[in-house]
Amino acid sequence: MKVTMRVDGADVAAEIDRPGESLLATLRDRLGRTGSKNACEQGECGSCTVLLDGAPVCSCLVATAQCEGRDVKTVVGAVPRPVRDAFVQCGAVQCGFCTPGLLVSVADLLGRNGDPSDLDIREALAGNLCRCTGYEKIIDAVHTAAAGLAGEPR
Amino acid sequence: MPEPATPTPPPWAAGGVGHTPAPAARPDAAHEHAAPPAADTGPRSSATGAGPRNAAAHSGPRSGADAPHRPQPPGEPAAAPRTGAELPQEPRPPIGPPSPPASAAPTLDGEAAYRTRTSAAVPANAVTARPDGTVGQSPIRPDAEAKVNGTFDYASDLAFDGMLWGHTLRSPHPRALIRSIDTGPALALPGVAAVLTAADVPGKLHYGLIEADQPVLAPGEVNYQGEPVAIVAAETLDLARRAAERIAVDYEPLEPQCDPSEAVEAGAYFRYQPVRVGDPDTAEAAVVVTREYEVGMQDQAPLGPESGVAVPTGGGLVLHVATQWLHSDLEQIAPCLGLEPERIHLEMAGIGGAFGAREDLSVQIHMAMLALRTGRPVKMMYDRAESFLGHVHRHPARMRYEHGADADGHLVYVKAHIVLDGGAYASTTEAVVGNAASLAVGPYRVEHASIDAWGARTNNPPCGAMRGFGAVQTCFAYESQMDALADALDLDPLEIRRRNAIARGDQLITGQVIDAYEPDPAAPADPDRARPFSPLADLLDRFTDLPVPPVPADRDIVELPGGTGNTTHGEGVRRGVGYGVGLKNICYSEGFDDYSTARVRLELGGPEHDGEPVAYIHTAAAEVGQGHWNLQTQIARTELGVRHVVLLPNDTKIGSAGSSSASRQSYMTGGAVKAACEAVRDLWQDRDLADGPIEATRVFRHRATKPMDPVTGQGDSHVQLALCVHRATVDVDVELGLVKVVDLTCVQDVGKILNPVALEGQIHGGTAQGLGLAVMEEIVTDGGRVKNASFTDYLIPTILDMPPMRLRIVENADPEAPYGLRGAGEPPTLSSTPAIVAAIRDATGLPLTRVPVRPEHLTVRRPS
Ligand code: FES
Ligand code: FES
Repeated sequence: MKVTMRVDGADVAAEIDRPGESLLATLRDRLGRTGSKNACEQGECGSCTVLLDGAPVCSCLVATAQCEGRDVKTVVGAVPRPVRDAFVQCGAVQCGFCTPGLLVSVADLLGRNGDPSDLDIREALAGNLCRCTGYEKIIDAVHTAAAGLAGEPR
Repeated sequence: MPEPATPTPPPWAAGGVGHTPAPAARPDAAHEHAAPPAADTGPRSSATGAGPRNAAAHSGPRSGADAPHRPQPPGEPAAAPRTGAELPQEPRPPIGPPSPPASAAPTLDGEAAYRTRTSAAVPANAVTARPDGTVGQSPIRPDAEAKVNGTFDYASDLAFDGMLWGHTLRSPHPRALIRSIDTGPALALPGVAAVLTAADVPGKLHYGLIEADQPVLAPGEVNYQGEPVAIVAAETLDLARRAAERIAVDYEPLEPQCDPSEAVEAGAYFRYQPVRVGDPDTAEAAVVVTREYEVGMQDQAPLGPESGVAVPTGGGLVLHVATQWLHSDLEQIAPCLGLEPERIHLEMAGIGGAFGAREDLSVQIHMAMLALRTGRPVKMMYDRAESFLGHVHRHPARMRYEHGADADGHLVYVKAHIVLDGGAYASTTEAVVGNAASLAVGPYRVEHASIDAWGARTNNPPCGAMRGFGAVQTCFAYESQMDALADALDLDPLEIRRRNAIARGDQLITGQVIDAYEPDPAAPADPDRARPFSPLADLLDRFTDLPVPPVPADRDIVELPGGTGNTTHGEGVRRGVGYGVGLKNICYSEGFDDYSTARVRLELGGPEHDGEPVAYIHTAAAEVGQGHWNLQTQIARTELGVRHVVLLPNDTKIGSAGSSSASRQSYMTGGAVKAACEAVRDLWQDRDLADGPIEATRVFRHRATKPMDPVTGQGDSHVQLALCVHRATVDVDVELGLVKVVDLTCVQDVGKILNPVALEGQIHGGTAQGLGLAVMEEIVTDGGRVKNASFTDYLIPTILDMPPMRLRIVENADPEAPYGLRGAGEPPTLSSTPAIVAAIRDATGLPLTRVPVRPEHLTVRRPS
């Protein structure tokens, strides 16, 4: 079956031969968009987080067949520059495998809450595992990103 | 008890302890030369003519500079380390002709702005660093931009034209004979290109990091659940998986040996290492504590799955792999493929974390076999469940400890009986046992010790390297013992540690003397000047001005044990505080020929480098996330006084860098890059870069170590020792058995801070893995079968589980190490676990002799 959707602003069509194929597999293996990562494919790690019609989802748990006509934003299209810059500057990136999913979750958080507390950040990012950083610098980065976005013209 | 069946005799039976692993291929002797213009591995080839980066091009307007390019003295180290949130510093003034300042932060979205694709001769995957940051500073890591843009190519992201997918069929049994394998039904599926078994292995049937005892594919029997039996290549991964299901294997299950103590009794072990000093049997102690401890099997759980692509070339192979040690991989792969190592080229693919899990081979030989058979590129990638079966784990341990002390709490003797479960195959168990034995009492002075340590061979999952490597297990035991002694004598936990703290000139139980300490001159002077400097007491004393955080007045419910589960409003919640000290050996021990190789080439850059000199660095060192690439650029800027650094891809065209493990890469490859830069700097004194590039290759070795005596364990087996102390503060809901770690404060001696942000990241991350072992992480096995091979059932700390972490970083230099550094990545993983458990004991009054601590350990027996 053929599924058409919008991915990071581009109209794309994917030919799916398995009804259960996940959006993550379609993005990575059929469309070559490997920005979203595959650390568990069970909805546990958040590495594959994308925005589906603006809402964060684990793309490994979404069937591509359900995405006809919908809007998908990955790390490439969902994350404002100041959020990326904050992760780079604060040392929130080590191996970086968790980073694309985390950035999408952070973009979503900051879209809802422009000045989150530590606790807000911990709650919002509880679905994104990181094995390298112990999360301390990720929290720094979210605060820095919030400040950066606040200084940006909307 | 049945004899565990193994296809090859264990190294033990083969005679001799043999705990000096074969060194990796020796590199060429260090050499240096003014690089010929067309050097094939160089970043630029003038044979290609006047490309934009050709030296000749620089005799144009820009290199009309009058002043020849001469070295400047190494940059001064930064005065004060910067903290995490600071922005990169202003670019340093460039060498040579004035040039416009480097442009500000990039504005490109979705692009690898810092991944250069400059000229044909510079590999497309070379990494150009931003032009600032010397040793002691925290420049932006050169891989960060690609990582936040989603363009960094991890091994699992690679794709090649005409690529097939490989998949592994694994044994469902922990121990069985294989009566027959029928691959016909799998091969009959359209789109299946190859199905291979042990009969198809082109060369040697076994591989291994130290002993080649692990079958490439099971040759007639399996010895652990998950052992590879057959491999498939097909047009899609889905098809390869379905084909693997159709392979008919007739197993005859056998009774597995799953009890490591019984295995040791029966003589099934990879290594036994005793340590004997003094006479613990006659030593008189006023107080004795004897306990048994257990450590569960921890998984490294790097987020990036095992993956790689094998690409056949005419008569050989290129392997794109994410590994901790390219050259060790090559040494193990080539004999099994029956190929000369020269015909196999390994190229590092992006690594999504490692922590020891990428030290042993996983996909490498399998994908290579499939590529050779099919003549097409073959990609393999494990899913999470397979990853749990497809790499080694941290050794679970059972330890019986007896500590005797005098009435003042000074240790008199220690006896320990340590059984580590090595699982089915050798991996690095031998070296893990050496660490467990030699570091068995920790950083404490004791005259009498009797230690017996074994690495058992069972039918449990194979165990090997994980951050902390044998030192984690004993650390939990000896720190718990120190607390038990303190309790028995009613001493403060810091005080008992201070009284026993090892000092300069003291000996470890192996007889190794504590040396190589240059105390930080800025540190407060020891009031007792007659006492020799104690690196441990120094760290313990720093807690005096780091108060335990107060209980906040109005806590959000999420901050209580149980968190978002909304299980308590604070009733039944008790607070506890505990300390843990870890002692870790840095670099490879016990006589191993541990070295690293670096080639540095300095040449005039093109317009994109403002005509300034550019240093090209080539090593095989794995960037696993720790920030090693960044450190290399900092060293080059420091030693050469240049701004621009390009990192050539890590591959096997250069000599070995050794493994990114044992907290050794800053020391070893850092040392090699430093030495190569110094050589280039010396050559530069007499040459003008306009006349051509300057290149030098250096091999760096640390001081030699000795094997442990097989009977007494004596010997200077370690290179460098590093200490870390944690204080944990926890809240425990004693009714529900739920734990919330509310604060972790860490004091660590790193010798010299090379990159503050990366260092903090290592301490934070290592601390988190120690927290995981303390309260949640364990691979549960039942009869040799793994019960929880998923992130649903194997829990690693989330951002909600981690408390704020306060760090106090101490710089007591090691005069023998580059810049005085001490390896820093592992020690925090040791100390955070016992600190957290001590805090839970403090809150509950329970003895808690096993990690991870589970709710049932806290609720079954009521606190007294
Ligand atoms: S890959 Fe989707 S949640 Fe882990
Ligand atoms: S940076 Fe490695 S998993 Fe987060």
